[in-house]
Amino acid sequence: MKRNLLIGKYWDPEAVLKGLDKLTSQGVHIFDVFSPFPIHGVDPYLKSKRTRLTVASFIYGCLGFLTAVTMMSLIYGVVWPMNIGGKPALAFPSFVPITFELTVLFAAHGLVITFFIVGNYWPGKRARLLDIRQTDDVFIIAIDKDKLSDESSVKAVFTDTGAYDISETEYER
Amino acid sequence: MSHVRSPIRQKWVTNTDTYGQITADIVRPIESKMNLTWIAVTLLSAAVMLFGFAMIGWTIWEGIGTWGLNKTVGWAFDITNFVFWVGIGHAGTLISAVLLLFRQEWRNSINRASEAMTIFAVMCAGIFPLLHMGRVWLGLWFFPMPNTRGSLWVNFNSPLLWDVFAISTYFSVSLVFWYLGMIPDFATVRDRFAIQGRKISSRIYGILSFGWEGSSRNWSRYEVISLILSGLATPLVLSVHTIVSMDFATSVIPGWHTTIFPPYFVAGAIFSGFGMVQTLMIVTRKVYKLENYITLDHMESIAKIVLATGSLVGLAYMTEFFTAWYSGSLWERYIFINRAFGPFGWSYWIMFSCNVITPQLFWFKKIRTSMVLTFIISIFVNIGMWFERFVIIVTSLHRDFLPSSWSMYTPTYVEFGILIGSFGLFFTLFFLFAKYAPVVNMFEVKTLLKHPKKPDNLETGSEPVTV
Repeated sequence: MKRNLLIGKYWDPEAVLKGLDKLTSQGVHIFDVFSPFPIHGVDPYLKSKRTRLTVASFIYGCLGFLTAVTMMSLIYGVVWPMNIGGKPALAFPSFVPITFELTVLFAAHGLVITFFIVGNYWPGKRARLLDIRQTDDVFIIAIDKDKLSDESSVKAVFTDTGAYDISETEYER
Repeated sequence: MSHVRSPIRQKWVTNTDTYGQITADIVRPIESKMNLTWIAVTLLSAAVMLFGFAMIGWTIWEGIGTWGLNKTVGWAFDITNFVFWVGIGHAGTLISAVLLLFRQEWRNSINRASEAMTIFAVMCAGIFPLLHMGRVWLGLWFFPMPNTRGSLWVNFNSPLLWDVFAISTYFSVSLVFWYLGMIPDFATVRDRFAIQGRKISSRIYGILSFGWEGSSRNWSRYEVISLILSGLATPLVLSVHTIVSMDFATSVIPGWHTTIFPPYFVAGAIFSGFGMVQTLMIVTRKVYKLENYITLDHMESIAKIVLATGSLVGLAYMTEFFTAWYSGSLWERYIFINRAFGPFGWSYWIMFSCNVITPQLFWFKKIRTSMVLTFIISIFVNIGMWFERFVIIVTSLHRDFLPSSWSMYTPTYVEFGILIGSFGLFFTLFFLFAKYAPVVNMFEVKTLLKHPKKPDNLETGSEPVTV
């Protein structure tokens, strides 16, 4: 979807937080914030839903747990019971290590793969940057212009809170 | 950043006041031309690596009869090296995961290189059990798959099989964790190259960075998954060396059959890993002039961990002796007396002095802050921890229950060659990493910079770009 964005560029993350605070108190909807590192305290202003990746990870972990337990019980209990030193074949305590490892394996990899899919990341994807330095030392607040009633007040907030550059641009997402 | 921080706490980033400065300092080795020293050391370690590969080839071609093993000492150099390298790996995960959960800010600048160390060390470790199987091409038999070998399945009651699962999970999860941490930094490198007009380099790092843009919505998810991965990696790293110790502890060999092994091995692993972190970091910060990011305070914190874990290991050595006496078991007592005063006693005392005595020097601040002395001690720690595994494995085996089968063990040049080759592999990979990836985690170090100065070179009116 093509959008028209109004963007304010900052050099100080503290100023970004002040800007976000003022803008949201005026009822402005924030499209996104771009920064070279995570700025703590931005999330509440974006009003995004809490990520459900934690739940996904838990489900993957359960899947790993079940895979390990069923595989080992079936192989060792049903398909191919082995008698080694007279010890019981279906010995759950000795299944614990592998069960644990598979739980972690599934949870970790499932989580990361889901993260890449949800965030639409893949090797070779082109990045659309509002400023070439936004991964270095420039912080950007982006606002959807089409959802805006009063453009000048937003620009005023940008200037007041220390944005060094204000511009408009098209952005696809 | 916005949280309140006491001014008396030490600064983890010194003499730096802009974010751009951090990027420039850390990306410099990637942007600058290869220098002769780097080429020389990389070629040297690659040559050592190739020598090791030749010895591996000879082992596979001729069989493990080329090694010094015999019927009594069936495990020796190979398993020593395996446990040594796996142990080295543990510090990386500890720094990246456990210290993240504890919110230790000093981890931010050393986590990247330590995780790299973990991955390369585990790669080196993996070589040895594979070779030890004798017929490496049957390695796939370790995986429980439906098959035509009379439907032969693996033995789930064997700790050696647990090891296969533990090490492969550990390697793959560490790799993913490490790579995930590098994505935002690869994006930074990509954009630096784009500014300089180096299109091919920019594209290569662009592919590696998965199109990272630094959007807050993604940062938010990114932080959540980093935290979950840390939560998963923490018990994982403890489980890995616990399982490695069970290779020994679940047997009935005196000297191996002890319940102290899991915590003792984990403490030893962290100890040896931090020793290697010291060795690598002292050189890296000096060569890349990163003293502002890996400060003396960082090196001191690492030294304190070495001191703590070294003392734990020392306590474990003494507990083992006490337990051997207290058990009343003749065999157990004999093995321990033999360990310290038998024919391999020299290896015991190398281990004891390197691991128990030298780290105690870190009680002194002067020594903790002297990089030369720290470097020397770290080498001692590395040597001592290699000998610890040698002592545990060889001295417990060489005199077993039946005196007629007592025997000695002498390694052959092939075994030495593979050990040296594994160091070659480790350092080759580390040098390549140090040249082509940011050795310090830029975005995490940037979060440590409070009250930045306004950059002089801000540009207004720059157009959006696609990279």
